[in-house]
Amino acid sequence: MSTDFRFAVNVTPKAGILDPQGRAVESSLGHLGIEGVSAVRVGRRVELTVAADDAAAARATVERLASELLSNPLIESYVVEEIGAASSIVGAHA
Amino acid sequence: MTVRIGVVVFPGSNRDIDAVNALEVAGAQPVMLWHESASLDGVAGVILPGGFAYGDYLRAGVIARFSPVMRSVASFAAGGGLVLGICNGFQVLTEAHLLPGALLRNRGLRFVSREVSIVPERLDTPFTRAIGERRPLRMPVAHGEGCFYADDATLDELQRDGQVLFSYARADGSTADETGDAANPNGSLRAIAGVMNAAGNVAGLMPHPETAVEAILGSADGLGIIRSFVDSAAERAGTGMPVEVGAR
Repeated sequence: MSTDFRFAVNVTPKAGILDPQGRAVESSLGHLGIEGVSAVRVGRRVELTVAADDAAAARATVERLASELLSNPLIESYVVEEIGAASSIVGAHA
Repeated sequence: MTVRIGVVVFPGSNRDIDAVNALEVAGAQPVMLWHESASLDGVAGVILPGGFAYGDYLRAGVIARFSPVMRSVASFAAGGGLVLGICNGFQVLTEAHLLPGALLRNRGLRFVSREVSIVPERLDTPFTRAIGERRPLRMPVAHGEGCFYADDATLDELQRDGQVLFSYARADGSTADETGDAANPNGSLRAIAGVMNAAGNVAGLMPHPETAVEAILGSADGLGIIRSFVDSAAERAGTGMPVEVGAR
């Protein structure tokens, strides 16, 4: 019987890769009167539910998805994070 | 016989009709190829046109990569078939790993829509052979993610092996700088505007040669590129022998 597992994939520009969005955010901080914030990097977070026999199998699916589709390994890195069983998340199947 | 060239239509393609027009001006017979069909309909070459395939969701070009037509384009390319990606088509080809590098958000963050100059770095490829001489070619760009990126080692390799096809240039034909130079509209590394693969049969560029093929469009400088592609495809279709113009 398969179980639903809920994951988040956080994708960010690799270190050293030009991130114009991050730079734009950073340059706006002065207008807020905020100091001491640096190295802003803008990425994306994708949350998804995977039906699998166990957590390891679910994670393997997410890893594949993350490396082949959700990120471009040339310019982005990603971190997969399990965020609990989908059944406990309201609206996960909405 | 008129050579048949495919133009792939993704949901969100918007320069497909321009590509069709350019092919007609260059004397080819355009064939529209729907993204959901795996058939390339026996065409002698394929153009991936500009636009915003699948809304550019996630990353420009990435979702298009997994469409049925792109699997066929990949096999076609692997067999030596000629493929040219323009703008969004270039993004699709890099995402599909048919071309090296990636296209990042423009360094200036703005969507850039204006005319630029590019110079051909090679005149002996299936994509540039009809251009004739190294001179600045005027044509439009219209993109938000056109900053060509690859790591230094890859960039060195591309330049050494003659895989850089086009560079952004100033009016006098000199290569643009990476930053702070209006001649480089997106901050592309080493001012690279277009590249080809090592085998020399797949190429992509961000500017739009297909919308610069007649004087009435403001420039006919792009016709040399389209004509090169059409002539090369016709030759291959005629002889059944790929014209190998690979890396140096």
